[in-house]
Amino acid sequence: MRNPFKSEESAFRFLLGTIAYFALIVIASLIATWLAFVVFIVLTCVAFAMLRGGRKQPAPGEHIEHVAVEDTWRVLVIANETLHGDRLREEIVRMSAGVAEDVLVVCPALNSKVRTWTSDEDGARDAARARLDAALETLRGAGLRVRGEIGDGDPLQALEDALRSFSADAIIISTHPAGSSNWLERGVVEAARARVDVPVTHVIGDTTISVASDEAETASRA
Amino acid sequence: MSAHAEALHGGDHHGPPAANQSSRIPPTILGMFLFIGTEAMLFGSFFAAYFFVRVVNPDAPDTWPPHPFEFPKFVAGINTAILVTSSFTMHWALQSIKRNNRRGLQAGLLLTILMGSAFLLTQFIEYAHIGFNTGDGAFASVFFGLTGLHGAHVLVGLLLLTFATIRAFRGHYSPEHHHGVELPGIYWHFVDVMWIVVYVTVYLI
Repeated sequence: MRNPFKSEESAFRFLLGTIAYFALIVIASLIATWLAFVVFIVLTCVAFAMLRGGRKQPAPGEHIEHVAVEDTWRVLVIANETLHGDRLREEIVRMSAGVAEDVLVVCPALNSKVRTWTSDEDGARDAARARLDAALETLRGAGLRVRGEIGDGDPLQALEDALRSFSADAIIISTHPAGSSNWLERGVVEAARARVDVPVTHVIGDTTISVASDEAETASRA
Repeated sequence: MSAHAEALHGGDHHGPPAANQSSRIPPTILGMFLFIGTEAMLFGSFFAAYFFVRVVNPDAPDTWPPHPFEFPKFVAGINTAILVTSSFTMHWALQSIKRNNRRGLQAGLLLTILMGSAFLLTQFIEYAHIGFNTGDGAFASVFFGLTGLHGAHVLVGLLLLTFATIRAFRGHYSPEHHHGVELPGIYWHFVDVMWIVVYVTVYLI
């Protein structure tokens, strides 16, 4: 929804629109009451449509260059509620087999829109921290060299933030299955593939379905 | 310190960590959202009282305002025109500074203050001659409540504009940095929008 008071210019336009809106209603009311009511209904619908028309266009793709570190295979994992999945652990272990791995797990602090807008994210960060700590313990138990971070509530933003300080050779995004995954509904995996120059592997929860995007690249790491 | 923080600061960071700002809405926009929300609720409560008195109330008068009182529609209409015009001068002021026209900024702000003050003065004169007072019934209380609430907003707007004008004459603001004019401008247009709603619903319809 467009914010009509986002800038002075948009507020001025909103004022002009308000003048036109009420002027037409008043003119209609001078002719007939029922006509004023009809004009009111029509103009209100038009106004709502115009305000809703301000839907933001998706951000253009941003390519983030990565510089691989020699002799180390760096894996970036983006996951939250599926962090404990066996499938994710198996995928990380598979990618790390036979190389000196460096795994960074980023757990986006998922939050409601209202709480995000009001920067009320302590609860979301605490919940993400609890999941992350448990997952790190499990992964370290599997012999992996792994560390973790809490990321932005938007998984794509969390991914970009992490890539700025962690030059990943591969990215794993773990989600719930289609139909119950908010990330998949928003096209997070596709957007990540379009946005970064790093192979992105999609792991679906515990259900053993994995869509590996660049198996060849993954295989050539050793 | 985490490994990530060490990577960022080289392990030699002093002082508090940078504030975490996960929200992708800039604080100024968020503040404006919250402000508009509170204002909408405030005016909404007054309008709810107005519609109750005029429509829902079973003892609502047949005519509005109830006989024998009258609202000065013409004077209020002139006042509305003055306030609407002040929005145009406000817009001109901001467009001027965006084009690096300082004289235009100063003139625009001064004209806006002048017209805002004229609006308030006219409203006070209207109150003095309107012929009823808050004790003359619910309709009078609602009338003074709504128009007085709006008048208070105009007064706050005039204060903001005065600060902006003083800064404009002291050489502040530039085509790149004019936030101090933009925010009072948004507020001023909002006050105008609210007045149009008040004028149409209370005086005209």
